[in-house]
Order: sequence, then C-alpha cells, then structure tokens
Amino acid sequence: MTQEPRNDAFVAFEHVQKSYDGVTLVVKDLNLSIGKGEFLTMLGPSGSGKTTCLMMLAGFETATHGEIKLDGVNINQVPPHKRGIGMVFQNYALFPHMTVGENLAFPLEVRGMGKDEREAKIKRALDMVQMGAYANRRPAQLSGGQQQRIALARALVFDPKLVLMDEPLGALDKQLREHMQFEIKHLHESLGITVVYVTHDQGEALTMSDRVAVFNDGRIQQLAPPADLYERPENSFVAQFIGENNKLMGTIEELTGDKALVRLTTGELIDATAVNAKEKGHRTLVSIRPERVEFKPEMMPPGAHTIEAEVVEIIYMGDILRAVLKVAGSDDFVMKMRNTLGQTKLSPGQKIKVGWHPQDARALDP
Amino acid sequence: MAEATNELLTTADGRPLKAALQAAQARAKRRAFLLVLPLLLFVLLTFLIPIGLMLKRSFEHDGFASSAPALVAWFEANPDFNPADPPEEAYAALVQDLARMQTDKTTGIAGTRINYSVPGTISLFKKGAREAGDLTPPFKESLVAVDADWAKPALWRGMASASNVYTAEFYKVASDFKLNDDGWARGEDNERIYLYLFFKTFLISAIITFLCLLLAFPVAHLLATLPMAKSSLLMIFVLLPFWTSLLVRTTSWIALLQEQGIVNDLLVGIGLIGDDGRLSMMYNMTGTIVAMTHVLLPFMILPLYSVMRVIPPSYARAARSLGATSWTTFRRVYLPQTLPGIAAGSLLVFILAVGYYITPALVGGADGQLISNLIAFHMSKSNWSLAAAIAGMLLASILLLYWLYDRLIGIDRLKFG
Amino acid sequence: MKKTLILTTALVSFGFAANADVTVMSWGGAYGAAQNEVHVQPWATATGNTAVMVDSDNPAAPVKAMVEAGNVTVDVASLEYADVIRLCDEGILEPIDASILAPGADGTPALEDFLPGSVVECGVSTDVWANVYAYDTTKFPEGPTTAADFFDLEKFPGKRGLKRGAKAVLEFALMADGVPAAEVYATLGTPEGVDRAFAKLDTIKSEVVWWEAGAQPPQLLADGEVAMTTAYNGRLFAAITAEGKPFQIVWDGQIYENEMYVVPKGAPNKDLAMDFIKFATTTEALRAQAELISYGPPRKSALKEDILFKGSEFSMAPHSPTSNLDNALSSDFEFWVDHDAELNERFNAWLAQ
Ligand SMILES: Nc1ncnc2c1ncn2[C@@H]1O[C@H](COP(=O)(O)OP(=O)(O)O)[C@@H](O)[C@H]1O
Ligand SMILES: [Mg+2]
Repeated sequence: MTQEPRNDAFVAFEHVQKSYDGVTLVVKDLNLSIGKGEFLTMLGPSGSGKTTCLMMLAGFETATHGEIKLDGVNINQVPPHKRGIGMVFQNYALFPHMTVGENLAFPLEVRGMGKDEREAKIKRALDMVQMGAYANRRPAQLSGGQQQRIALARALVFDPKLVLMDEPLGALDKQLREHMQFEIKHLHESLGITVVYVTHDQGEALTMSDRVAVFNDGRIQQLAPPADLYERPENSFVAQFIGENNKLMGTIEELTGDKALVRLTTGELIDATAVNAKEKGHRTLVSIRPERVEFKPEMMPPGAHTIEAEVVEIIYMGDILRAVLKVAGSDDFVMKMRNTLGQTKLSPGQKIKVGWHPQDARALDP
Repeated sequence: MAEATNELLTTADGRPLKAALQAAQARAKRRAFLLVLPLLLFVLLTFLIPIGLMLKRSFEHDGFASSAPALVAWFEANPDFNPADPPEEAYAALVQDLARMQTDKTTGIAGTRINYSVPGTISLFKKGAREAGDLTPPFKESLVAVDADWAKPALWRGMASASNVYTAEFYKVASDFKLNDDGWARGEDNERIYLYLFFKTFLISAIITFLCLLLAFPVAHLLATLPMAKSSLLMIFVLLPFWTSLLVRTTSWIALLQEQGIVNDLLVGIGLIGDDGRLSMMYNMTGTIVAMTHVLLPFMILPLYSVMRVIPPSYARAARSLGATSWTTFRRVYLPQTLPGIAAGSLLVFILAVGYYITPALVGGADGQLISNLIAFHMSKSNWSLAAAIAGMLLASILLLYWLYDRLIGIDRLKFG
Repeated sequence: MKKTLILTTALVSFGFAANADVTVMSWGGAYGAAQNEVHVQPWATATGNTAVMVDSDNPAAPVKAMVEAGNVTVDVASLEYADVIRLCDEGILEPIDASILAPGADGTPALEDFLPGSVVECGVSTDVWANVYAYDTTKFPEGPTTAADFFDLEKFPGKRGLKRGAKAVLEFALMADGVPAAEVYATLGTPEGVDRAFAKLDTIKSEVVWWEAGAQPPQLLADGEVAMTTAYNGRLFAAITAEGKPFQIVWDGQIYENEMYVVPKGAPNKDLAMDFIKFATTTEALRAQAELISYGPPRKSALKEDILFKGSEFSMAPHSPTSNLDNALSSDFEFWVDHDAELNERFNAWLAQ
C-alpha cells in the first residue's frame, strides 16, 4: 500500500529504492508523504528497512533510485550537516568526552552562535527535559533515562523543523519507556515539530503516532492512523503484526458486496467482511480480534453463523478473562471477556457456540 | 554521604561484620594469589632480577678492590693523599699488590677496571706486574723507571676511586666526563658523545613516532571501518612485517632507497633527476627514519585500531546531523576519542625506537649510531658496567617520560590493544 | 628389524648430539661451516666422541657471560685475537699447554712452526684474516694499488666504504698517510697521532658510506654504491669466487689478525676440548680449513706449498693474508684493549660533527 505524493508534504519519499550490495533491494519503491507537524512512526520487524529509510532521510545513506524531498526541495545531494535535521539514536550517541552542556553546545557552536544566546538555548533545552541541574556531568555519569533526555534535548536545541528518532527508547525498561513516550509526545505537541519515529514496538507506535507506516520486507504494508490500523488491517501481515489476532483459514463460498460467507477447512460456515479477498472460490485468511468474539447468543446479530467451540483453559488477567478455545481444528483460538459482575463463568471442557459481527471478521489474503 | 555509624555492625552470630567479610575474602584472595604466583615468579626471574643485576653492575665493580688489598687498605687510611705525589708507602703497597696480581692472574681484571677511566692502564698493569717481583725499594723510583705513567695523578685518582667497590664513575663517563690529572671534568668537545647521542636518539624517536602516527591513523581507521573480510586481509598486510626477518626488511629498504637503488633509478628513468643528481636517502638520517618507521608502524596501528574499532559510527553521524562538517566532526568528536590509542601507540613506538639499534646501524651511515649502539658496543667489549650505566640512564629517562606522560594523559586511559 | 635398528640409532645419536662431548662455538656462516667440516666432524669420527658446532655473532660475549654465570655449556670457542688476550687476562679462559700441540708436518717443533704471536697463553690460532680494501675493476681498469690511493679522490673519484668504528680505520688512515707499519701504533698512542689519523679521514669524510656488518661492503661494491671499500678479505673472496664479482683486492696496508680456538674456564669436557684443539691445529687441519676459506694458515709448514681452493686448480695465494705480507700491519691487541673505548668515543664524536 503506498500513497501518492501530496503537494503540501513536508517530507516526501518518491519511488525511493535502496540496495546496499547491488543484489537485493532493502527498500522497494517507497512512496511516503509526511505533513508538517505530523508524528509519523515507521513500525516493522527488525530488518524491514526502517533504519535505512531514516538514514536516507538524514543523509547518511544515498538512495539508489528515487527522490527524497524536504519542504518541497530535493535533498538527495545535500550533505547531512546542511539538512538541519535533529536526530536521536538508539544508543544516544552522546559524545563521551564532553559534558552534557558541551554536548548541547556543539550544534550551536558549529552554527557560529554567540555565547550568551547559546547558554540561553542550552538552559531552555535542558529545562524542557527536566535536566537543568546536570549540565556539568559527563554522559557516563547519567542513567539510561537521563542520557535519553539529554539526547532528546541535543536533537532539539538548535530548533530543527524535523526530528528523526531511531528506536530511541529501546534500551529503557518498560516503566521508563512509557513515561518517555508520553514526554516525547508532549514535546512534539508543544513544539510543533515534525517527527519521524522508528520502532518495532507496536504499543509505542499506536500510543504516540498520528499515522503509522507498517514496514515489512522493504515495503510499506499499510499507512494509517493507529485506530484504523488496529481495527481495519488491510492485509494479513498487518493484522498479525498489530495486536492479538485469531486466524481461521478457509475458502470464499459466497460474495455479495463486501459480505463474504467463508467455508472453513473443517467445513463450518462463517460470516466475514471481504477486505482483499475479492473472488468466489479463493482461499482466504479470516482475522478476528479476541475481544470481538462473542459466546452469548443475545450479543450476536440475528442470523449470524456460529461455530462449535470447546473451552481449553481460562486465564484470569484481572480486568479481563482470557478463554483459550478449540475452534475449527485450532486449539489456540482466544476470546477475551470483560471481568464484570454478572459475567458467565466458563470452565475447561465446557462446550459453547461462538460468533461475531461480520464486520469484525476480516477476510484477508491467505 | 552516609557516614559509617559508630555502632559496630555485626553478623547474625554476633561477629563484627568487617572481620567476617575479611575472613570470607581472605580465602578468595589466597587462591587468586596462588593463581598469579607462577606469572609473578616468571616476571621476577626473567625480568626484574636480570634488570636489577644489570643495574647493579653500573655502580658496583670489585675488579680492582678485590685484587689490590694492600693499596685499598692504604687508600682507606689516607683518604686525603695528594695524587700528584703519593708517598713511598703507597708505591710499596702498589708493588706488593702488583706482585700478587701476577701470581693470582688478576692483572687483567684490575687493569681493566682502572682502564675504564684511565685509558692505557691494562698494558701498564701487565708490564708493572711482570716486573714487580724484581723491584727493589725505593719503590717509587723503581716503578716509575718501569713506566713513567705510574706517576700520573689521573692514575692515582683512578685507583683511589676504584678501591671502593661502589662507584659513580660509570655514570660520569656516560655523561661525557673524563678523569684527568685534576679530577673529573667535562671532556673536550671532540670527545663528548654520550649526551649528544641521548639527545639525538630521543629526537629521532620522536620524529619516527610522529611519522608512525601520521601513517597509522588512516590505516587503522580503514581497518576499523572496513567490512570484516576486507579488514582481515588488510590486517594481514599490516602484520606481514612481523613475520619477515628484520634483516630482510632492512635490506629491502637498502635496495629501494640507495643511490643506485630502485627509487633513484625510477626517478632518473622518468627524468625527474639527473644521473649525477641521485638522492641520498640511505646511509643517513633519512634512511634510518624511513626504515624504522616501517619497522615500528604496526605498533602504532594496533592500539589505534583497537580503540577505533569500538567507537560506534553513530557518534560521527550524530555530529554530522547536529550540523558539523566532516572536518569538525573529525577534530572535535572522532580524534578526542582516539586519544587513548594515540597515546598508547606513541608510547610504545617511542620506547621501542629508543632501544632499536640494528636498523640504524645498517642503514644509518654516519648518523647510524644511536645510544643503544653504544650499549651494544660496550657489551661486546665486555665493558658491562659502562653499558649498564648508559642503559640505566636510558631506563631512567624513559621512566621519567612515562611519569610525565602519566601526569599529562593518565596511564589508566591508555589502550594497548 | 633392520629399520627399527636404524631408527633407534638415529634417535640415540640425536639424543647425543643435543648433549655432545664437545661443543664448539664459532661465528656461523661459511667460516663456521668450514670449521665444522674440517675440524669438528673429522675429530668426532677420529675419536669416536660426539661433537657439535653452535653459532654466535661474536662468541666472546656469550663465553664471558657463561663463565661469569658459572654455567658453561661450550667447550671450545673461536675468538678474535684481542678478545683472547683480554678474556685470558680476566681469567675467563683456560691456559693451553703449548707442549701438546703437534709438530709441523715436516717435523718442525710446534712453537717454531707457528708464526710469531699465533700461540698465546690461552689460545691457538686457526687462521689469519685481514682488513683490506677492494675496488670494482670495471670502474677502474687502472686501479688503485696503495693505501694512499684509497684517500685519493682526484685520481679515483667516487664513494668510499669504511667500517664504522675506530679499530682498523685509524691504522689504515695512518698507513695511507705514510706512516710505516712498524710505527703505526706508536703514532696512534700519541694525541698528535690520533689527530693525524682523523685529519686524514677528514679528507674523504663527505664521500664515505659507513658500514656495520661484514656482509655489507661486498654488497655496496656490487650495487655501485661505493667505488671502493674496506672489507674482510674472506667476504671479498666469497664474492669473487662464488658470485664471480669483478672485484680486485688491494693488499697494501692490510691489517691482519689471528683467529683462535680457546677453552672457557669451567668447560664441561676440558680434556676432550684440549684434544680437539690439538687435532684442529695440525698442519693438515689448518691447510684443510684454508682450502675452504681465504684465511691464511698460521703455520710455516702449511704455507710451503700453494693451497688450492677446494681441491680445484684455483690458487689461494692471491687471497691469503699470510701470502701478501708486504706493508702489512699486525693488529695490536694490547693497544686496542687499552684504547678501544677512548678512541671509539672520539670516533663517534668525530662522526657526529
Ligand atoms: N550498512 C549496511 N550494509 C549492508 N546491508 C545493510 C546495511 N544496513 C542495513 N543493511 C541490511 O538492510 C536491511 C534493512 O536493515 P535496516 O534498515 O537496519 O532494518 P531495520 O531498521 O528495519 O531493522 C537488513 O537486511 C540489513 O541487513
Ligand atoms: Mg533499525
């Protein structure tokens, strides 16, 4: 799935390809427009080409083919130090032989900024990340989270219009990571900068971004706001990659508009919405989110097909209950139930019938 | 800062915590010590003791003291005698000792000892010892009749000084001092050589170190940034010199750089210089510097490489993204981080260069004598004490340098590999 | 069965070799090889003892070190004359009883047969080698013939090779300056004499290529780096005969020296060592060595007939120091033990100027 370049795009990749070795394409025909002030995340498994895209944008790698534009201008030939793009690295890349203050002064000094102005800016940037008291420390004397903040401050101190972050929170523990996600998002909103963010953590992508570009195998699989990505995955890769997901294999039995009747390999019939399974008789993979699976007949639309299921295990998770079911030959089908007062108690071995709204079952490419 | 409380911390069974901890650690320490013991002994036996013994020779020599007991006793009793005119008793003691040397066959040892500060003494002693048995009093006249040199004040000063087993004489000689009739004084201009050679050795070593750094830096950088397969290949080329004999390498440089050598032939061939204008690049300082820079280059490349290899490329990228040109990035971000490698490599190359002597001897021509060559010369002439004194001074100046270095850069920051 | 026998014999003899009855230390190269071929191995065969040859750059230093450390592993060593005298005086070497030496092949008693100075208290000479100079005949068809010619840059332009060191160089300079051989050391013993030698050297200083190792001068001459150079006569001989180089030796002003077998004090097998020396210094053994390398045998009886190179028709006379003794100087060991350090300091200071 690609997107045609928009005229008002702040950053634009146009038919960009990249190969390191002349044999394989690491980035295959990338088209991507990023609006001014947008927070765009590149999400994908390791090796899918995210960093490569970021490096091409920063100027450390050259595109093998295609154009990269910043503010409407082709920057393919502009050296990195003239692009004015702030960057945060996964290992922070704080200069170990300089103090925090010197690290922050560096981008200002190379721009020939006077001392007073420099100090004011450094102070503001450090205050912005609540590190005002640490200007004289060396990076090695800071904790990981503190180094992360300094790296952020350094990338922002010279007021870049665009900031790139390559898995900046990858080395932090979960709690700190969530806190930093919030701060970065907050900074993005208050400063009005454009952010291109790379991560392989879907939770991070969904909570922070305006739009997410899901990468796999050098291509954007889907580019959409987080909610669309989760609720309306356009192919089976996205469906599986984002969130938890039940998969049922089958063939399309009937197709009316986008309503599809699918016969599973074990013979049962289920209702689904055709997304990219367009012809009768085609094989398809039906994807259903665990929280959209129902077992109480009153919750299902009238006339909906149901299938037999056997409870294998109930896992208590506090706010929800997870039921692992044996359905249509697979025994890792998951159903999530809210842990409410009147919730029906299921027990292992119990036989039930499960079903769903047809729009929650998406028939995708196999 | 939480101060240790006055109250003593104890373990559950009431023992003081500190004592319990020490007891627990003592065993581990003993085992660790046993593990390093063989290494410690090895270093002691093969390194510290030989160096210690060598240094001892530089201030201890009993060659004369042990073979001339009568004269030693007389010198002890008359510390303030006049070397210009020693009394008859002194000559009597000397003749007695000479006769004894002749029977004990110690003339050579005693004469050699005096010869270190008073040239010409060995044959004097031999002649004197041969005649000593037949001399009659007054011994002063009869001995001077054998050879007038026996009355030389410098000789008496030398013998008085050598009657003490411990002496600073060798250090004086190694600092260009000469013993003459009036005592120790700086040698004539055309005799002074040691301090000059010390200075020259350090200067050449510094130049070589600098050239090595200049050449090694880009090579090490390439090694550190090239993909593994290519960098391994390049590393083989870097290490190749280690696998070739030093003489072969030196000889190749001679074949390349001498006046009828390949480089000159090439320059003449392409008409850059005339056949009578061939460049002198061998048998002079240039030859020494070129050949030694080549020989020592790996010792600079390896520490640099080991430092550069672990500098992540993201630092340079970060600097570039922050707006620095590639030159600023190099100067302000990359170079400072390679300092430990530069420091270690320079120290290594410098110290090795100071001690090298085969290469300068073969390719250095008139400039080819460095201080180590003189150490080797005196070793081969069995003047080990003087060799030890020069080596001791060399060691002291290197230690001094090391100390300075530690103050300026910090030894703990060095990275050798 | 036979195979096993051969194998065990090989192993046993190997074991012996590492722990031989007599260990001889010499200078390696062609010289050491010749002594091994005509002295060490024949002695082992003749007496049924085992003997090995080990190499050293200059055996004097290890011999002194071994004796001082009380751990002597060498029974016989080949030393330079001056080192023999010096180490003998220091008590490092065993005295050798001259009466054990074999009479000449013609029956002359040993002490009359040996050339003067070639048998001393602690050493017996095996050969005489010389410092000479040589030039390339293709460069100078009408070549130099005297020591003075070496210093004549007008008649014979070109670079000169000289050994970097005082010994032999200063004597050579004085002889070239017209000092008769007999007076060289008396002259060099005075400050004026030393100045005179350096003044003579000053006349060619700018044209000199200084060499260090014995292998260098023939190479310098062959490469055309120098027009003429001093060298050890044996090295020149090797270059002329083995490599066919067009070099001509000039014997005028040669400075010759004895090379001697000695026994270090505390040698593990002193008696066998003495027997070896007796064996290796007979007229035949000395001639045999002189057939392989161009160092002259120090016995008159060995010089009676011309020596032919390795049994060929090639006469060794033009290459043997003892056959070219006109205006030759016998290196004075006593002078050099007295003055080596002093004159070398002066020499190095002069070089550095
Ligand atoms: N400098 C490089 N040289 C060669 N191949 C590279 C280089 N950098 C990345 N690659 C390859 O390109 C592909 C994409 O890498 P990358 O962009 O780092 O992926 P991601 O950041 O999504 O994990 C991977 O297969 C990786 O091996
Ligand atoms: Mg990456």
